[in-house]
Amino acid sequence: MTRDQVRQAVLDIIIDIAPDEDFSAIKDEENLRDQFDLDSMDFLDIVMELRKRFNLEVPEKDYPELISMASSVEYLFPRLKDWKLAS
Amino acid sequence: MRYDALIIGAGLSGLAAGIRLAMFDKKVLIVEKHVEIGGLNSFYTRKHRTFDVGLHAMTNYTPKGTRSSPLGKLLKQLRFRHEEFRLCQQVMSEIRFPEKALRFTNDFGFLEQEVAEQFPREADGFQKLVAHIRAFDELNLDDTEKISSRKILEHYLSDPLLIDMLYCPTMYYGNAREGDMDFYQFVIMFKSIFMEGFAKPVGGMPYILNLMLDKYQTLGGEIRMGCGVQSIASKDGELQAVHLADGATVQADKVISSAGYVETMRLCDSCGEDEKPDRVGQISFMESLFVLDREPKELGFDKSIIFFSTRPQFHYRVPDTLIDVTSGVFCCPNNFEYPEPLAEGMLRLTNMASFKMWDGLVRKDYRAAKKEQGRRAVEALLAFFPDFRDHVIYEDAFTPKTIHKYTGHLNGAVYGSPEKAKDGLTPVKNLFICGTDQGFLGIIGATLSGISMANRHVLQAEPNLENGRS
Ligand SMILES: Cc1cc2nc3c(=O)[nH]c(=O)nc-3n(C[C@H](O)[C@H](O)[C@H](O)COP(=O)(O)OP(=O)(O)OC[C@H]3O[C@@H](n4cnc5c(N)ncnc54)[C@H](O)[C@@H]3O)c2cc1C
Repeated sequence: MTRDQVRQAVLDIIIDIAPDEDFSAIKDEENLRDQFDLDSMDFLDIVMELRKRFNLEVPEKDYPELISMASSVEYLFPRLKDWKLAS
Repeated sequence: MRYDALIIGAGLSGLAAGIRLAMFDKKVLIVEKHVEIGGLNSFYTRKHRTFDVGLHAMTNYTPKGTRSSPLGKLLKQLRFRHEEFRLCQQVMSEIRFPEKALRFTNDFGFLEQEVAEQFPREADGFQKLVAHIRAFDELNLDDTEKISSRKILEHYLSDPLLIDMLYCPTMYYGNAREGDMDFYQFVIMFKSIFMEGFAKPVGGMPYILNLMLDKYQTLGGEIRMGCGVQSIASKDGELQAVHLADGATVQADKVISSAGYVETMRLCDSCGEDEKPDRVGQISFMESLFVLDREPKELGFDKSIIFFSTRPQFHYRVPDTLIDVTSGVFCCPNNFEYPEPLAEGMLRLTNMASFKMWDGLVRKDYRAAKKEQGRRAVEALLAFFPDFRDHVIYEDAFTPKTIHKYTGHLNGAVYGSPEKAKDGLTPVKNLFICGTDQGFLGIIGATLSGISMANRHVLQAEPNLENGRS
């Protein structure tokens, strides 16, 4: 996956977990929790979806890496770059 | 057959737990004793009419976009859109006592205003109580400190009438204890009734339940109806297997039960715990349903829900008669902001009732008593409300016995045990409690309970959480 695809993958996940939210104005550098009121239940879902979709385990000590869109891409890109998206 | 998780009960908490687990590809089986889903909040059909059993209103109404409220969390966790619940808000509700009435809507400011007008000397204390309530984290699963709400209410308020008026709705809609109420539970109910509010889904409970069942099954969850769990085998505190009423044996890594704490422990052959009598719930209700030949508002009923006491002192306790007609909840299902009016007018009346008394009647007397008690309950209302008896075209009633029969809750205790297992743990490792006896109840509460127990004990299970109660 490219960086853009990783970003899109994260966006797809948060769109799925918060279907009532409008993410079109998302600011990549800003804290997701504050922008969209995501709570610990939502972060659990992001982690669970990463496991389900990409077979990727995010250990609890790494949860802070998912704080913003930019930091998530930073953290996930090296771990997902070899992942082939089904076309 | 081996499952990641087996869930006992297809009520709201069981269905919600099932959805969460199926969503993350767990192999899940829900086992339900009854032939209908819904448990305490089911429905039944008589003479071509479908009646909700447990629905006056959904508490906890918050509008779309409120993310951190219980309803907002629930929708996100189960991945429903707000619109999918098709919620229609209440018009206005009321707490009616002999000398005073407090009206409230889904706008909390309205109630604050009412209290200030009706109880001017209590206005300040009420604001302090509200500040205390706002600051309290009632959803903390690890806070097991027991605090009496009565002490706290008496600390802030000096007029016993106002205290009883606040207790009437909060107790009727969610208190498993006689006389007093745990403070965290009071906070849950206060927020869900007054600070959030009431709504009803278009299509009633069958609609919501089927929405949940569909989602669960679409995600690959399995369900077995009409086949209860007969026993749970464990050895040295370790879960072994689950035996079903039809003789089948199911293996599961985890079992989450919504049957109630004592009820679940009774299914365990050797759970290593003696039953504590005060853990058995007692509070139950009789509910009478009246189908009318016109809309309730044409007869002078313009509120959505009325919590009333015909005496200045409100007593929340099991009566030593069949029912207690001196207080109750009076619900007009038509008075919600539906896009289209309901097909028929209806009134529902709930009174506290004694399981023991109802259970002691033989069949013939039981039927006669239902009629007779329904009549008494209505007569007691006439001091307050217009007479609607000439407009009733059909009536039915259910009692604590009915609730016990269809949900298995001992004594037909609608709010289960007064002692809640907030962390969901039992003496048996990998056997957990969700729903009513975990501590979140009501429609939204039970659903959230199923979600949080599935999250905590299965999805994010960490070794130190799995060890059961020490
Ligand atoms: C008359 C009445 C009015 C109510 N009004 C409202 C209201 O207006 N608003 C509101 O929010 N809430 C209301 N409630 C409360 C609400 O219905 C409950 O709090 C909620 O439904 C509880 O859900 P639960 O999943 O915890 O338990 P339950 O719904 O009781 O689910 C437990 C399930 O387990 C099944 N079961 C039990 N034993 C076994 C076994 N051995 N094997 C297999 N299955 C088993 C039962 O059949 C049941 O389906 C009302 C309840 C009643 C009874």
